[in-house]
This record gives sequence, C-alpha cells and structure tokens, in this order.
Amino acid sequence: MPILQLVDLSKEFASGFRVHNINIDVQEGELIVLLGPSGCGKTTILRLVAGFIKPAGGDILIDGRSVISLPPEKRPTAMVFQNYSLWPHMTVYENLAFGLRLRKTPKREIDRQISGALEMVHLCDVTDRYPSQLSGGEQQRVALVRALLIRPRVLLLDEPFSSLDAKLRIQLREEIKSIQEATRTTMLFVTHDQEEAMYLGNTLVVMNQGAIEQAATPLETYDHPRNLFVARFLGEMNCFEFDENNRPLHYLLRDVAVRLPLVIGVRPEDVHLSRRPGPIYGEIQSKVPFGHYIRVVVNTNMGTVMAYYWRDSEGGDDSVISDNVTYVSFSQIHLFQEPLT
Amino acid sequence: MNQRITPKACIEMGIVACFLVFFFVPILNLAIWAITERWQYPSIIPQQFSFAWWVWVFNQTNLVRPIRLSFEFAFIVTIISTLICIPAAYAFARAEFPLKQILYLLYLLPNAFPMIGLYATVAVLFYRINMMGTFIGVVFVQMIQTLMFMVWVPTASFKSVSPTLEDAARDVGASQLQTFWRVTLPLALPGIIVGIIFSFLSSLDEAQGTLIVGIPKYITMPVQMYSLVTDYPGPVGGVFSVLLTAPSIILLLYLRRFLKSNFLSKMY
Repeated sequence: MPILQLVDLSKEFASGFRVHNINIDVQEGELIVLLGPSGCGKTTILRLVAGFIKPAGGDILIDGRSVISLPPEKRPTAMVFQNYSLWPHMTVYENLAFGLRLRKTPKREIDRQISGALEMVHLCDVTDRYPSQLSGGEQQRVALVRALLIRPRVLLLDEPFSSLDAKLRIQLREEIKSIQEATRTTMLFVTHDQEEAMYLGNTLVVMNQGAIEQAATPLETYDHPRNLFVARFLGEMNCFEFDENNRPLHYLLRDVAVRLPLVIGVRPEDVHLSRRPGPIYGEIQSKVPFGHYIRVVVNTNMGTVMAYYWRDSEGGDDSVISDNVTYVSFSQIHLFQEPLT
Repeated sequence: MNQRITPKACIEMGIVACFLVFFFVPILNLAIWAITERWQYPSIIPQQFSFAWWVWVFNQTNLVRPIRLSFEFAFIVTIISTLICIPAAYAFARAEFPLKQILYLLYLLPNAFPMIGLYATVAVLFYRINMMGTFIGVVFVQMIQTLMFMVWVPTASFKSVSPTLEDAARDVGASQLQTFWRVTLPLALPGIIVGIIFSFLSSLDEAQGTLIVGIPKYITMPVQMYSLVTDYPGPVGGVFSVLLTAPSIILLLYLRRFLKSNFLSKMY
C-alpha cells in the first residue's frame, strides 16, 4: 500500500488559481519530485499535504488513513521550508529540541538524537549558536535535521536549496540523496530546477498551471515526453510546426500519416552535423562553447536548428563546424499532436 | 583636517542652542525646585538646597495618596489593556474578517478629537449607569487612551513575525496556543513592551478624564497638580513634577532600544 496517496485533489483560490485532478501515489522510501515553473501549483500541493491549506475536493491518505481533517500539528509530516524558517530567538539546540520536547522525550534522549543527527549532516559545535550566526548551507542542514528528528512518515521539501549558490546546491543535493537512501525516508521534493529533479527523483511529476502533465521516472520523462510542455521544460527541444510548404519536414515524415495539428521536436543532442549531403542543410549561424560541448545554431532550409556538438580531445581543423555550411540529420524525433505555442 | 567655522555653522549651532535652552530650562527649573529648601527672588539659584521638602511631602497623607493611586491605576490599566488587546492585536495581524480595516481605524479615533469633549460625553453616560466616582470608572476612562497603543503597536509587531515561523512550529507538532506562546509572543515582545510602556505612561499622565470621573474620591497626581500649584509652596510642585516626569524619562530612555521606524507602519 502506498504510504501517501493524493486522490483527485483539488483546490481553488480566490485569485482564480486552481489546482485540479491531482492523483499521486507514493510508495514508502520513495523520493518523488514535483517539478514545474513558478506558479504551477507544486508548493500548493505540498502545503495541502502538510495541512496548511484545506482542499476543495479529493482526499489525502497517509498509511491508508485520511488526514484532511487533521491540523498540521497532528499530521505525520514534516516540512523543510525554502527560507529555512529556523526560529531566530532560539539556539540551534532549542530549534532542534522543540519538536522532541513537545513529545515529552527525556533530555538525555534528546541530546543523543540531536548529536547523532548533526553528525549525519556533518555539522559540529553549532548547538549553542543562533541561526543568524550560521551560513545559509548550515541553516538549511539544521532545518533538515529539525524535520527528520520528529520521524515523519513523509518529509516535505519546498525548494530547499533555491536560496543557496550553485556549488552548495549540488553538494546538499547529494547529501539529501544519501540521507534518503540511508534512512529510507519517504520524501516529496518540490523544485523548479530540472537538473535537481533529474538527479534526485525516483519519480518525476511534471506540473503546469495546476495540473499534472506527466509522472514517470526522470529518464522516461526525458526520453518520452508526453506533451510539448514537458518536452520543452525538461532539457532543450527544437520545435517545428508542421507546414505543408516545408519540404524537409515532409521528407522527415514521409513514412508517417500526418494528422494536424502536429509539432515535430528534436533534442539538440539528437542533431548531427556532417559533410555528407542530405535533404536538410544550412549555414552555421553561431557557435557558443559551453565547456564540454558547443552550442551550434544552424539556419537550415527547415528552420533554425540548435545542436550540441561534443568537443573531443582532438578538435582540429577537420572539425565540421568550422565550415560555413553543414548537413543536418536527426537520430530521433518526437511528434506532438498539438499546435505550437 | 581643517575645520572652518563658517557663518552657516554658527547659525545652525545657535538654533540648536536655542532649542536646547527652550526645551531643557523649564525641566531644569522644576528639578531645581524639587531640591530647594528656600528660594527667594531675585537670586538665580536657590539659597538653600536640601531634600527636606521630599520628606515633608511623603509625610502628608493627602499628598501620598494621589501618588500611590496614580501608580495603582497605571498598573491596573496597563494589565487590563494588555489582556484585552494582545489577542485583538493578534487577530488584526493574522485573521481576515469583515470590516477589519474600519475596526482598526476605530482604535485611533478617540485620539482624533479634543479629549475634553469626549470625556464630557463619558461623564453623562457614567452618571446614568452610576459609574461616576468609581475606581472602575477611572480605569475605563484611562483605557480610552491606552487601547490605541496596545492595539496598534502590538499588531505591527505581530505582523513582523513571519507566518512561516509559525507554520514551522505547527509543522513539528505545536498547537496554535503553543505556537503563540513559544514562537510568536517572544518574537513580538519588543513591540509589545513598547505598547505597554506607552500605556503605562499615558495612564500616569492622564488628567482630564480622571478629573471628571474621579473626584472627589479618586485623585491622581496630575489631578492633584491643578490645586497644588496654588495651595502649596513651590518645592512641593517641584517634587510632584519630578515624580510624574521621572518614570516617563526613565522608561522612554529604556524604550529607545525597541523603537524602530518600520514598526508602526507595518499594518498598512
């Protein structure tokens, strides 16, 4: 039985923003990522599960029991907030002990659990400090520990790393992953950073405008996006609307029964540039190096195509992208039965 | 560094000096009267300094009573105001209810009028319900002033406490009451203390309403001062003035820690 079930969950706000048709099953020990642009409803869902918002319809079940009538303090969930939300008038120790004291845990046990938990996140000697004396990364670790100490059935994380710098984000991401694997805590993780989502999630739930677009493993979602939104949100996608006058497009779809509206998508890594003649060709418009690859934009007879050209150790003058004109072919294309927006 | 005394600087210093004189000399005068034994015109300073008049004042029961009563009223009014207004302030800060902005403004209104007119109306009402000359009547009349302080300042204070801090407390298992007591109140305390201090001082200073409702049975220090000036020697007035002003000065100096300009504007 899934540890967390969202059944036909919906919520409508006075502003007109609504979340609807939310159906998610989370198995115990899973890390589910809710991914989407700002305003897509992912934080709303998190707050619904935590109990800060009451749903308009549907149900939330934890361990098979409905929790929607329970206030936040009675739900077996714990949240890690975006801005850490550590109580500034309490020391780190008091912040961490707060939840345990409410549960009448004896002091020695509290001390033991706190030092064990702080060790897990590699923080030492912080118990007597105040949150304002800690760095952002340290504060977030304390917030994480605070939530884990009360042994929640589901840990809710609301874009916990978005206010940290890039390197720290990557580091904490890895820590969360290893903590999750070690403690087998079920986690619901909200982010708008697709790289984070791909790295962390057992399951990815992509959301847009209050609804779920696709729910699958990260690779499945990347390789087989269900619609244009998911295709473009996760990774990059060249998109071409089917047009009768576009002869190269016609050629590409010669074996396919075309039904309008139709959009053809190609990922930049699936674009190949060569000197071997073919039906699709064009002039190289720009080459921007991004480190281990070069983003090449080609103005083809089919439209503008962006490609990733991998740099190998040889480089050399023989490189095809040093030409003006190149021939373009695709190893994989995606078809979407919707208009291009 | 070359510091030139320009004419402009002179004028500025002159203005500041005038202000300081204007401001401090009357207070200084009172303070001097309070420690005077004997001061005859035309000397600029008293001929004899001592605390003799302080001893004399505290030996007069009809003068000690107003002093005691003033502080009694101040404490009771402040405590009752706090108990009533803190929950109200929290409601204004967090809850949404109809006519909220209007109700909030209502607390400001009594201070928008000349108080004497208001007190006259209060007197008429109190006569009808037999509250004139009662202890509780004076408490109520002094609360007209304190309600504003105890609603406006704590509301801004509560608003400055981030709701996510309260969410975090409830999330780890604290009930709403526990959250209020352990998270919201400690963080809002500076503002609440400001409100309490202002309430205390305004109750101490309150003269007009107490005069109308309280006499002849309940006479506080400010009320006593009206007759004091004519009926008693100068130093007695000085003693009373110091007794009245000293709490204000001490508490306001203490208050400087808590007063931040963004506090009071948080509501709107």
